[in-house]
Amino acid sequence: MSVALEFALTAEDLWAMAPLLVVTGFALFVLILDLFLRPEPERKGPLVWASLVGVGAALVANAVAPAPSGTWVQGMLRVDLVSKFLNTVFLLGAGLAVLLSAGYVERQGIARGEYYCLLLFSTVGAMLMGMSADLVLLFLGLETLSIPLYILATFFKRRPASQEAGLKYFLLGAFSSALFLYGIALVYGATGTTQLAEVGARLPEALGRAPGLVYAGLGLLIVGLGFKAAAVPFHTWAPDVYEGAPTSVTAFMAVAAKAAAFAAFLRVLLGAGTGTGAVPSASASAWLSELATAWAPLIALLAVLTMVLGNVVAVVQLNLKRLLAYSSIAHAGYLLIALVAMGAGTPATAADATAALLFYLLVYTLMTLGAFGAVVVAEGEGRSENPSLSDLAGLGARHPWLAGMLALFLVSLAGLPPTAGFFAKFYVFKAAIESGPLGLALAIVGVLTSVISVYYYLRVAYYAVVARPAADADADASAERPFYASGTVWVGLGVAALLVLALGLYPTWVVESLVQGLSAATAAWALP
Amino acid sequence: MELAWLGLLFPLLGALLNGLLGRSVLSKRAVSGIGPGAVGLAFGVAVWVWLDLLKRPPEERSVTLKLFDWIAVGGLDAPVSLLIDPLSVVMMLVVTGVGFLIHVYSVGYMGHDPDYPRYFAWLNLFTFSMLLLVMADNFLLLFVGWELVGLCSYLLIGFWFTRPSAAAAAKKAFITTRVGDFGFMVGLLLIFATFGTFSYGPIFEQAPQVLSPGLATAITLLLFAGAVGKSAQIPLHVWLPDAMEGPTPVSALIHAATMVTAGVYLVARAHVLYELAPVSMAVVAAVGVVTAFFAATIALVNPDIKRVLAYSTISQLGYMFLAAGVGAYAAGLFHLTSHAFMKALLFLAAGSVMHALGGEETDMRRMGGLNRHLPTTWKVFLIGALAMSGVPPLVGFFSKELILEEAFVLGHAGFWLLGLITAGLTAFYMLRAHFLTFHGAPRYDAKSVHPHESPPVMLWPLRALAALTVVGGALWLSIVDFAPFERFLEPVFRAEPAMEARPALALGKGALIALSLGAAAAGIGLAWLLYIKGWRPAAGLRRLGRPLYALLDNKYYVDELYYALFVAPGRALAELLSGPVDRGLLDGLVNGVGRLVDRVGGALRRVESGYIRAYLDWVLVGTLIVLVLLYVYAWGWSWGWGGGGR
Amino acid sequence: MSAVPPDAYLVLSAVLFSVGALGVLLRRNALILFMSIELMLNAVNLAFVAFARVWGDLGGQVIVFFVLVVAAAEVVVGLAIIVNIFRTRETVDIDDVDLLRG
Repeated sequence: MSVALEFALTAEDLWAMAPLLVVTGFALFVLILDLFLRPEPERKGPLVWASLVGVGAALVANAVAPAPSGTWVQGMLRVDLVSKFLNTVFLLGAGLAVLLSAGYVERQGIARGEYYCLLLFSTVGAMLMGMSADLVLLFLGLETLSIPLYILATFFKRRPASQEAGLKYFLLGAFSSALFLYGIALVYGATGTTQLAEVGARLPEALGRAPGLVYAGLGLLIVGLGFKAAAVPFHTWAPDVYEGAPTSVTAFMAVAAKAAAFAAFLRVLLGAGTGTGAVPSASASAWLSELATAWAPLIALLAVLTMVLGNVVAVVQLNLKRLLAYSSIAHAGYLLIALVAMGAGTPATAADATAALLFYLLVYTLMTLGAFGAVVVAEGEGRSENPSLSDLAGLGARHPWLAGMLALFLVSLAGLPPTAGFFAKFYVFKAAIESGPLGLALAIVGVLTSVISVYYYLRVAYYAVVARPAADADADASAERPFYASGTVWVGLGVAALLVLALGLYPTWVVESLVQGLSAATAAWALP
Repeated sequence: MELAWLGLLFPLLGALLNGLLGRSVLSKRAVSGIGPGAVGLAFGVAVWVWLDLLKRPPEERSVTLKLFDWIAVGGLDAPVSLLIDPLSVVMMLVVTGVGFLIHVYSVGYMGHDPDYPRYFAWLNLFTFSMLLLVMADNFLLLFVGWELVGLCSYLLIGFWFTRPSAAAAAKKAFITTRVGDFGFMVGLLLIFATFGTFSYGPIFEQAPQVLSPGLATAITLLLFAGAVGKSAQIPLHVWLPDAMEGPTPVSALIHAATMVTAGVYLVARAHVLYELAPVSMAVVAAVGVVTAFFAATIALVNPDIKRVLAYSTISQLGYMFLAAGVGAYAAGLFHLTSHAFMKALLFLAAGSVMHALGGEETDMRRMGGLNRHLPTTWKVFLIGALAMSGVPPLVGFFSKELILEEAFVLGHAGFWLLGLITAGLTAFYMLRAHFLTFHGAPRYDAKSVHPHESPPVMLWPLRALAALTVVGGALWLSIVDFAPFERFLEPVFRAEPAMEARPALALGKGALIALSLGAAAAGIGLAWLLYIKGWRPAAGLRRLGRPLYALLDNKYYVDELYYALFVAPGRALAELLSGPVDRGLLDGLVNGVGRLVDRVGGALRRVESGYIRAYLDWVLVGTLIVLVLLYVYAWGWSWGWGGGGR
Repeated sequence: MSAVPPDAYLVLSAVLFSVGALGVLLRRNALILFMSIELMLNAVNLAFVAFARVWGDLGGQVIVFFVLVVAAAEVVVGLAIIVNIFRTRETVDIDDVDLLRG
């Protein structure tokens, strides 16, 4: 906020904001369009299309908008390879979530215009976090992401589980936001600025003068983001909220909130570190060398806790949504490994680690949405009962394609070749091992816990593909348990499955271009 | 040339279309079009690549097409790139050409099978995998194709998986070839450790400087282990006869014409390495010729028409290895090609016979007198049998004669003699099969079985293969030194010693040919005497021959030997292990870990008590831990907010 | 007339923040919890203003407005959620909200 008050908005500023503006505009359009539609749930189809068009247009804007890399809008917005990639991930996640939602919300009678509007606003928040070059914008993005999610989590207004999910998410989320905001205040107090680049530049001096403020601020920032990322011990909200929220919302929340949290981690922890973050500046190495040694072991501890707890507790879960919730906690652990690898290594290995983190986010988004798609398909109408593992039985016989795709997503989540999940883990572990002994230790824990995860993922796959519904208990009801595979779900899952397979067969395409782009940026700032 | 990858794409697309949509979307007509059509298109690509190659001067007839980097991490580079040279083009032409005819034939043969789309999906997938194997430009990609063809073979042998015998045969094939593949894999690792790459080009270039004789021998013998498994040579030949449980066109394509020749291709492809290891060459030749003889003797007495052909395949593959082992790679490749024509023809004709008798009958003791009912099948089977026996001017005469000749002139008279005897045996068992099937009195149950000739869609591929068998010899007429086949392959096998430079021979070319023809004639004559004229040897002779017959009839008791040597002790060991060791120790360990995870998970899930206040406590505890750790890290901290800004 | 030193504001801010946090941790009424969170946010606002004063930087004061707006948005959503729960359960005691667990 310390930039001189210049209100001139340049063309570059507008182009930099273009993807945000497009999504915001379509969110408002959806809200208005809803007024002209009849209130019956089955009349809400145009909203789906409008949302999809909006997401598509934003993807295009993100790809082609002629905004050069740099910091725009009075030092608020950062446009670079990372922001473009993150925007692509968020928008892909939003688009797939809309596709999964369409039939589901109609069936459950919650197809209101606000639903899609809130989904899009939440996406804007995530994009803001990925593009922020200023802690204040980061906070605003976090709230823009979270507040719509609070509402969406409680979208089944009359269902106790959904109400409870909303309340828990809201109270805990607001609490952690306050902690996060206090962290921003302390960093501001220590350095006199909220601009990430400036924070980095003034850090050595601030460390000399007021290390207490710096460390407390850093700690609270980590707590706030760790909460959104559902890292242990800040994960406690996740299983309950995931279980209680409408499944389509859970799917979106699991990918958007988590990816946005890691986007923010990237910006904050490496704000001035690898040239991947806010600003490449000469003093950036101070940020890395002085503070990375502080936060890398800390994040490593969180990573170990997260991987172990997420995977071990997932083993004993029989409720499908809850199992996937713990799975998403576990994946936060693997993503944290990538963060450690970024902090603990040299700038050269940091580029590899950043690429690994970004690739993991993309793959995680695809496979997690895909897996939740199965819950969407299996979830009955108007019941608050969540599908359990055994409710998937018979899917393979009735919808072999769906079951096959689900198996693909699960195999990918478990990290087995030839799926994208394998290479996502592979690149993260590789970057970790290259970063030093700490990373090596984390990679070992990661591999061991992955082995545990194979067990519960394949158990789900077994139920979906092989198992037949139990014939003994009330034969008619169980045998005729319906699966709701609407056209949009098919499209969404098909796209995700194709991408998971393609990235699994040929991951180099994405990873190499990321590494090259990031290395170029690193080289640019490393020069004296 | 750059579009050679299309040859891979078409069968893969065919497999995907038929496999994914065949059941639900595509009509049977569409499946019948896509299956053979994909391979036909691939054949077109192969021909086009071949013509393109011919246009170039011989020394430039080797093109590497890099499609993409599959994975490049650290020291491991695994590009997906193809090598187009005369050797791979010959293999492509054989695989797609013969493959296309067999696909067409399958339209008729498998027409009534309920799993028709699955059949074509796998057959197309096999074609893709085989093409990948022969077009790969590095050992890693070759290995991928190698394993994929093995998988397809497994799936197709067990195509009728509801039959226990088919399932068992599939398993046997898979496990037996796995033994060889283990050696192959170790060989590949040795290659990578030595050269730091899997690519053919650098490996073959550096091999003469880098490889010590011992290392060369080790690598080549390990590679040969893989070839022995895949090409069913002694001692890993036991799976191939059982593989006849699969549909007959599968036997024709995979277990006669193409996949089983992959071992020969491997030796030919790696001939640079083999030439650095004379011991390995000798082993290859010896294994080949012994297998040729050994399998031929078993074929003499077997009553099952498909198994006779299977043993014949093993025997002919032995000839090919003999050729490769003595350094006559081009001759080996020529026999590979000619064998693909002949054996595919014979198998498809056998299939036509089975079709005529209701689809399941393979026992020649219940055939006979079919020449009246199946005139076309009878004719083409006779052509195939005579070609196999080495009767001029059919292709088998030229190719087999060539191998024997090369073995002799390159100084391996012992191998030549065994090969010559085998040629006589071959003639006998082929004509025996022919006579038993088509001549004499009918021995099938004429009341319930009414033999009928196969439909045109099955007969035309037979006619085409018969035509190839008749004229194929023109590719290499060694008698008049007309050898376009050898000329074409010359850029690959440059090292072969020239004909003129060879030492003077004890026997001239003419004499060799005369001996070969004599052996063939003896075999054919004996078969004619026994099975047409009904001549019975004297009782004494018969009594003398009985133990021998029993030995052959039981295939030298190899299966029983393996059972006693490997399966029975294995089972005993397994019982021991599954008893005290497994249930007590390992089971306990595994269960223990599982139970531990389960219990820890059960305990940790109590963190999720459901109470918001507990959750808030966790957030607070976490925050305190984070802050305390950071402050502990910053030893020299001071509570510094008072200094701000001043 | 001696001015109150900035440190005092910061101490006050920290105290307010802690009071808010303790309120969140100890109270059972969702509305009171919510008010405590608002107290925490306002404690942060105080810190921002104090730091802005220390640094002589207007930015810190501007941030307060953003935070106020965000807090207002949170109030709207939070109250709606709490009221909705009250309608079905007729209680806002957070210890009664424990359907989801494990």
